[in-house]
Amino acid sequence: MPPLMKLILSRLALAAVTLLAVSALMFVGIELLPGDLAQQILGQSATPETLAAFRAELGLDQPAHLRYLDWLAAAAQGDFGNSMASHRPVADLLSTRLANTMFLACYAAVIAVPMAILLGLLSALWRNSLFDRSVNVGALGAISMPEFFVAYLLVLFLSIRLGWFPTLARIDEAASFGDALYRSFLPALTLILVVIAHMMRMTRAAIINLLAAPYIEMARLKGVPRWRVIVLHALPNALAPIINVVALNLAYLIVGVVVVEVVFSYPGLGQLLVDAVASRDFPVVQAVGLFFAGTYITLNVLADILSILSNPRLRHAR
Amino acid sequence: MMLKTTTALAAPTRRGFLAGAAAGGLALGLGLNNRVQAAEPKKGGTLRVGYTQGSTSDSLDPATYANDFMFATSYAVFSTLVEIAPDGTAQPDLAESYEATPDARVWTFRLRDDATFSDGKRVSAADVVSSIRHHMGPESKSGVKPLLAQIKDIRADGDNVVTFELEDGNADFPFIFNDYHLTIRQDTNGAIDPESRIGTGGYVIEAFEPGVRIELKRRDDYWKAGRAHFDKVVLLKVGDPAARMNALMTGEVDLIDRPDLKTIHLLKRNSNVKIHTQNGTLHYTMPMHVTAAPFDDVNVRLALKHAIDREAIVQKVLKGYGTVGNDHPIASSMPFYNAELEQHAYDPDKAKHYLSKAGLSSLDATLHTADAAFNGAVDASVLFSEAAKGAGINLKVAREPDDGYWSNVWLQKPFCCSYWGGRPTPDLMFSAGYAATADWNDTLWKNERFNQLLAEGRSQLDQALRAEIYGEMQQLCQTDGGALIPAFGQYVSAMNTKIQTPEHVSEMWDLDSVRFIERWWMA
Repeated sequence: MPPLMKLILSRLALAAVTLLAVSALMFVGIELLPGDLAQQILGQSATPETLAAFRAELGLDQPAHLRYLDWLAAAAQGDFGNSMASHRPVADLLSTRLANTMFLACYAAVIAVPMAILLGLLSALWRNSLFDRSVNVGALGAISMPEFFVAYLLVLFLSIRLGWFPTLARIDEAASFGDALYRSFLPALTLILVVIAHMMRMTRAAIINLLAAPYIEMARLKGVPRWRVIVLHALPNALAPIINVVALNLAYLIVGVVVVEVVFSYPGLGQLLVDAVASRDFPVVQAVGLFFAGTYITLNVLADILSILSNPRLRHAR
Repeated sequence: MMLKTTTALAAPTRRGFLAGAAAGGLALGLGLNNRVQAAEPKKGGTLRVGYTQGSTSDSLDPATYANDFMFATSYAVFSTLVEIAPDGTAQPDLAESYEATPDARVWTFRLRDDATFSDGKRVSAADVVSSIRHHMGPESKSGVKPLLAQIKDIRADGDNVVTFELEDGNADFPFIFNDYHLTIRQDTNGAIDPESRIGTGGYVIEAFEPGVRIELKRRDDYWKAGRAHFDKVVLLKVGDPAARMNALMTGEVDLIDRPDLKTIHLLKRNSNVKIHTQNGTLHYTMPMHVTAAPFDDVNVRLALKHAIDREAIVQKVLKGYGTVGNDHPIASSMPFYNAELEQHAYDPDKAKHYLSKAGLSSLDATLHTADAAFNGAVDASVLFSEAAKGAGINLKVAREPDDGYWSNVWLQKPFCCSYWGGRPTPDLMFSAGYAATADWNDTLWKNERFNQLLAEGRSQLDQALRAEIYGEMQQLCQTDGGALIPAFGQYVSAMNTKIQTPEHVSEMWDLDSVRFIERWWMA
């Protein structure tokens, strides 16, 4: 399928350029923030003398563009360097946090995506019924509340009042898989409530849109049952927009969970990024930022490819 | 969230400080307002702590400690030469005794024979010398570096004795060695390994994930009798105040620091939870640059000092968990506190009187503020501005970003909000923030008499004479100095009723001066 290959390759090349631009923007952003790592760590106790000693140790006395190019050269070879603050390799810092973030994102996605699509299909099937209306009201209600508020409500009812789940989502290497699922249930549920509405509403809208098409009418006239019309005739043609929305929400589950991490003290990437920005720890910010940007780009490319595969018309160049 | 600041020998940190706690009115002295615990300490149990601070950038290098999480870890895993006892005196810890020459210039510390590292090695004088040197010299980036600048020479005399020779006499010198930076590590070839986990403290590190948690286990061979009661200790960073309080209510942690004072009454409803308060040395300040107009006129400074409603700030901003300040930085629980000074109070007529003495009928000034200075600083500034109107003072409140507050506003703007964590003695407090030569002299105040007294008091070993000297210095600060100090905050924490504290705790810093891990126990 040469045109598809070509498309993928050109997308990957664009992704590389985007990542480069993102890394440059992040560097400039950190440079624009007041103070540097030495100042942030020493804080109120900083004196010109200790600052100079600290900066020399970190290489912060070098001009900004040289520091960026040094970093870029190493990063291009896969070496993301050491955290300036803790001197630990960035790769080490990232690995446990990344595993935690991916665990939570997958946990939420595995429940949220099938549920959203199923609810979307059902509400399209029973359009304007009581079921349709209550699902819509529920989902829109959940998405309308800020996620920290949803999180606090869950904590109030499910852990303080009922005592079913822990308020701190502590994940450590000693916890078994089942334990980890139990401890991180509340943050996962918060995320599910926050993302489900978007995907559900898009599924419903895309399918209802198609139901007015002539071929659907034809199928109906031939006496095909309503659920078959929706699942076999409408859904395949509605996949493109649904895939796009799912990809967008998956990306959000990975990169947008800082607030949820804070409420449940969940040791994920978001907290690492906040700490790193606060201490101006440039190598860590870059690595986390690039990972987030990469996630968005990958999921979007994937969504494009899947939409093309789902629509034969897009597969062939005109 | 987050950050950061070490202050040599000072406060557990600047940012996001929740004002301290406890019954208003006068400080009752060390620990008297804490519940009396009759029970004897008991071994056992796991202490789980939900801590506000802690960052991914934390490391074990003692020169970089920047938050409570690391201070507590430092005291649990390592030890210091000296510790501050509940009565405010400096007691030998790793040292067995210390003594000074009559001019307080040469100090000799004799080490204990029985103190060992967790790998079984005995503590030697060389370990002490290398550990202190780590914070000195041109390459050092340590927060205590300025405090150690007075040391001319450190020598190990044999295996057991360390001698410090100072530039000038300093009667408070031993107090410096309580600092959490100055923990003793093992010497290897004249230097220490800053990342080493081998310490002399009551606990060893089992797991450490910076910014997340640390797990500690008691050492069975700990050399200090009657300390280190918990079998295990888990410190968790829980930055969100609601999350911290929820975790305490559901029993997931046993102790939290800095509960939200706005909702603390909800914690009190839970019968398994008790609130712990300490009258500390923490205080909130509004430094004026005495070199900048209009603050260069002492009458303007006095007018502002009488135009602020201190009582309202204690009640409304600190929710009653504090006491009014008297424009000098010495807490009532500190040695040499001057109880005879007249209390500055809100008095618009007096403020107007001082304004007219300065030749002014009204005054325009700008107060730079941010909650980074202390939690509630913006509210306190607005209250001040409203109260000042009554005295014909038009005080503009300029809100600054939290980010970069300590580098862009503090020490830079002529009138801003700030805080000090306090020091164990008047000399250390005055030397850090009020001496003419201090790096952190945030009022640029250079009072000749004050600085002369400071030098006099420092090398003076006669306690009665020192009381007189420090008394006068407090009065000079109050009437001439540039710092408006509206309130002292209390340290507030909350814990499970199972956690027991000694009858008297050290109040200099929060949680028994951050030594709770080895001093407290579980019933």
